[in-house]
Amino acid sequence: MKKLISVGLAAAMAFSLTACGGGSTSETTAAATTAAAAEAAKDDAAEATAEGGVLKIGVIGPYTGAAAEYGLGVRNAAELAANEINAAGGIGDGIMIELNAQDDEHDPQKSVNAYNTLKDWGAQMIIGSVTSAPCIAVAAETKADNMFQITPSGSAVECVANDNAFRVCFADPDQGRVAAEYIGSHELAQKVGIIYDSSTDYSTGIREAFVNEAANQNFEIVAEEAFTADTATDFSVQIDKMREAGAELVFLPFYYTEASIVLKQAADREYAPIFFGVDGMDGILGVENFDTSLAEGVMLLTPFSATDENSKDFTDAYVAAYGSTPNQFAADAYDAVYAIKAAVEKAGVTPDMSVSDICEAMKTAMTEITIDGLTGSGMTWNAAGEPNKEPKAAMIVDGAYVMQ
Amino acid sequence: MSFLTYLINGISLGSIYAIIALGYTMVYGIARMLNFAHGDIIMVGAFAVFTAVSTLGMPPFIGLIAAIAICTALGLTIEFVAYRPLRGATSLAVLITAIGVSYLLQNLALLIFGSNTRQFTSIVTLPNLKLAGGKMTVSSVTIVTIVCCIVIMIALTSFINHTKTGQAMLAVSEDRGAATLMGINVNRTIAVTFAIGSALAAVAGALLCSMYPSLTPYTGSMPGIKAFTAAVFGGIGSIPGALIGGLILGVVENLSKAYISSQLSDAIVFSLLIIILLVRPTGILGKKIQEKV
Amino acid sequence: MEKKKERMRCAVTYAMVILFYIIAEGLIMTGHISSLMKGLLVPVCYYAILAVSLNLTVGILGELSLGHAGFMCIGAFSGAFFTQCTENAIPSVGLRFFLALVIGSALAGLFGLLIGIPVLRLKGDYLAIVTLAFGEIIKNLINVLYVGMDSAGFHFSTKDTTSLKLAEGGKVIIKGAQGITGTPRAATFTVGIILLLITLVIVLNLIYSRAGRAIMAIRDNRIAAESIGIDVTKFKLLAFSISAALAGTAGVLYGHSLSTLAATSKTFGYNMSIMILVYVVLGGLGNIRGSLISAAILTVLPELLRGFEDYRMLIYSLVLILLMLFNSSPKAVEFRGMLIERIRRAKKPAKEET
Repeated sequence: MKKLISVGLAAAMAFSLTACGGGSTSETTAAATTAAAAEAAKDDAAEATAEGGVLKIGVIGPYTGAAAEYGLGVRNAAELAANEINAAGGIGDGIMIELNAQDDEHDPQKSVNAYNTLKDWGAQMIIGSVTSAPCIAVAAETKADNMFQITPSGSAVECVANDNAFRVCFADPDQGRVAAEYIGSHELAQKVGIIYDSSTDYSTGIREAFVNEAANQNFEIVAEEAFTADTATDFSVQIDKMREAGAELVFLPFYYTEASIVLKQAADREYAPIFFGVDGMDGILGVENFDTSLAEGVMLLTPFSATDENSKDFTDAYVAAYGSTPNQFAADAYDAVYAIKAAVEKAGVTPDMSVSDICEAMKTAMTEITIDGLTGSGMTWNAAGEPNKEPKAAMIVDGAYVMQ
Repeated sequence: MSFLTYLINGISLGSIYAIIALGYTMVYGIARMLNFAHGDIIMVGAFAVFTAVSTLGMPPFIGLIAAIAICTALGLTIEFVAYRPLRGATSLAVLITAIGVSYLLQNLALLIFGSNTRQFTSIVTLPNLKLAGGKMTVSSVTIVTIVCCIVIMIALTSFINHTKTGQAMLAVSEDRGAATLMGINVNRTIAVTFAIGSALAAVAGALLCSMYPSLTPYTGSMPGIKAFTAAVFGGIGSIPGALIGGLILGVVENLSKAYISSQLSDAIVFSLLIIILLVRPTGILGKKIQEKV
Repeated sequence: MEKKKERMRCAVTYAMVILFYIIAEGLIMTGHISSLMKGLLVPVCYYAILAVSLNLTVGILGELSLGHAGFMCIGAFSGAFFTQCTENAIPSVGLRFFLALVIGSALAGLFGLLIGIPVLRLKGDYLAIVTLAFGEIIKNLINVLYVGMDSAGFHFSTKDTTSLKLAEGGKVIIKGAQGITGTPRAATFTVGIILLLITLVIVLNLIYSRAGRAIMAIRDNRIAAESIGIDVTKFKLLAFSISAALAGTAGVLYGHSLSTLAATSKTFGYNMSIMILVYVVLGGLGNIRGSLISAAILTVLPELLRGFEDYRMLIYSLVLILLMLFNSSPKAVEFRGMLIERIRRAKKPAKEET
């Protein structure tokens, strides 16, 4: 019997070796080609009329797992933008865009796997990753390969540390600083409380910049409470603490997913300070079944508003295609695709150029373009990869943003 | 006064942990397995209530009944398809299968409902309670949760002590072999346990989301782990233990958030768990394990 | 006779790893390997090390641990921390990486020992929950830890980088939830394979030594083992701390293979611990070779499923359930036995003919 087990194991071993070594090469390429075929089928019109060639853009983000909401927004909007561009004749002289989106489950190692998959597919530039830590991991890889990378929403400073990486969203410290300045200069409150997520770099980064800037402003931080991803269901203690400290304004530098609970629980406790959010708060009105009266009077700094006149066409098209309201991530991704379009046209990039040549051309072109996007008009980029756009403050009135 | 608020909120959080922990503890006591998919059944229950109430417009009570029915059926199906074939295999094999089921439920929910966060409409529509001349507000969900927890505990204890099925469950948990010899249908008893556990998960899901109103395919996993901890706290396999464990966990979590550090509340809760287990190696109300050669 | 068989079995395991290395290197040299597979080689190494080390605790020692990722986390952070703060003192990346490996493993082993002393008195699922709690505590603590370094030495804070009060030119090394970024990626496939081989040497030698037999005796029957004079606590601690140290090694390898290191529930939380446990159980408890194979297959499988796009994780979970049912269900085992018996019977006459 033991012999048989070892025979079986040997068979399994042989299988595993082929699976990990030689055999898999063909298998993955097969998988990649089916994925590519599926993509191509989607854009078959594009394929057929591709005179200027096809530019292959890889998209990386979390499509499963707890951060899926953000990744899917990016994937959908990138697809929407690419289809629009292709339908309108492509980039420049008819360069068609072909997208391939790979899941990273919000895990740095899986993100590198996704990047490698895209490399095998023949990606010439990358949109992603959506979340910061995976983005930093992928940035090291794109740097090594000298591939152009633009992240829609990787907001940690290190995401664009390399010269080949750009971003569409704000860097975390900028948002914190601007938020503090805004509260100070508009004299919204004297006593400010902060609730933040100590387990994400996004939230801690914004909070730190906010606190540093607050020292220069005419308000006082009276309470600071944190939560973690594992305790993100119950905010009753944090809310009670804010009330106890007499905070007139509560700063919420985290995503709308948690913010919607904070608003609900504050309402349950009949505590109504001014709630002030950052770009992560955007999307709160799109939460299915959300009682928008809870968000009445909430202020947020956001470059994008789904209900804004500028973004109406995008929002309508997005809702028609995917059945949900686009969030900030979607808007950033949409702008990323159009930024690529503008830069490709500026630099005269053609798909037959090598990845490295494309990257070099794009690096210069990115700093020369100006685009009017969903997340800001007249957006420009500096060589460090940071966008130059001003966050706008909005207040939620009757379930819609009113720009301040 | 604020201390009282933190305490009451802690008790209500603990009550939810306790209801979830019941599911873990009963299944563990009777089938000797850690059902890691329990947290995801909570999520399914919450989605069922959400669909019935917010999408189909049914009254909350009917929605809750529907959710209980769906979760019970789901629990029975999982038990029959995934766990029953493994009866007699090592407990670790069952544990891994349960993890597989947990992934499966999460990913199914992701495909069916999408990843978008939903705001859950509270199934409790009573007004808030004001105490001490309006100085203190206790939300109605909090009170309903605590009451629910007490009712469930009493009902479950009397079910186990006063019905034939309940006694059969006790017998199976004491000694499965002997129970079989006494003519107890072990498979049926275990199925009943799963049915009850899953029905409780539906209730827990509805209450959890009424109190912390955001719903995603991953809503159940963290409360599930916490409740599992609570079950071990109290002594896994013991029903009053689940209640005590849940309450302690909820209260300690809330008070440490309030008075020590809101960043480190998890570390504090888990440290306390380790200390308790070192002092009482089988939990607060756990039975002493008899070791035989 | 028995000794010979054991030696044979070990040799096959080593040969398998070396063969895997040769094939993979050959494919890399001839350029027949996709970037994805090339990128997966190092992960396969550290997951294999993790699986083997956890198998020592779960399969050989017979104690369920759900906090293995905690030890990995300690190794990863201490190793990456060392590499970062000696950047100027030790210019050679290779040497720094080597020292980081030693430090990371030693520290993880030390934690294993410290936690093992009180905790190994607990039994079965209680031990599991304590290890799970330990893993969560480590994750929670690292998430609020800020460490910086300047000319005056190290600065610690649990608040933010500003309160570190670093002097001019100081560097923040551990940045709370963001963790450590910019660690040089020194972990290569060759290093990974060498570490895997070292792990195998340590674990296999332990298993087939006197100590290993004592450990397995404790697993099979603690009271009987005690009665024949085996020091239960000593051997339990030995196995547990070696297992922790090896997890630390894998952690250092992990920390040096990515440019970012953050403690999330995905990377170092119970999710990771459970994933490693899945490798061990699927490979067979106590079966070291099985752990290697299942770690390799389960690391590669989700990547091969990328062609299924959105159904990928759904299929992965179904495969997991079906594999468990096929592997462990008593009925399936019986059926498999029958099948093997039939094949054997069919083969025997064929052999006689030739």
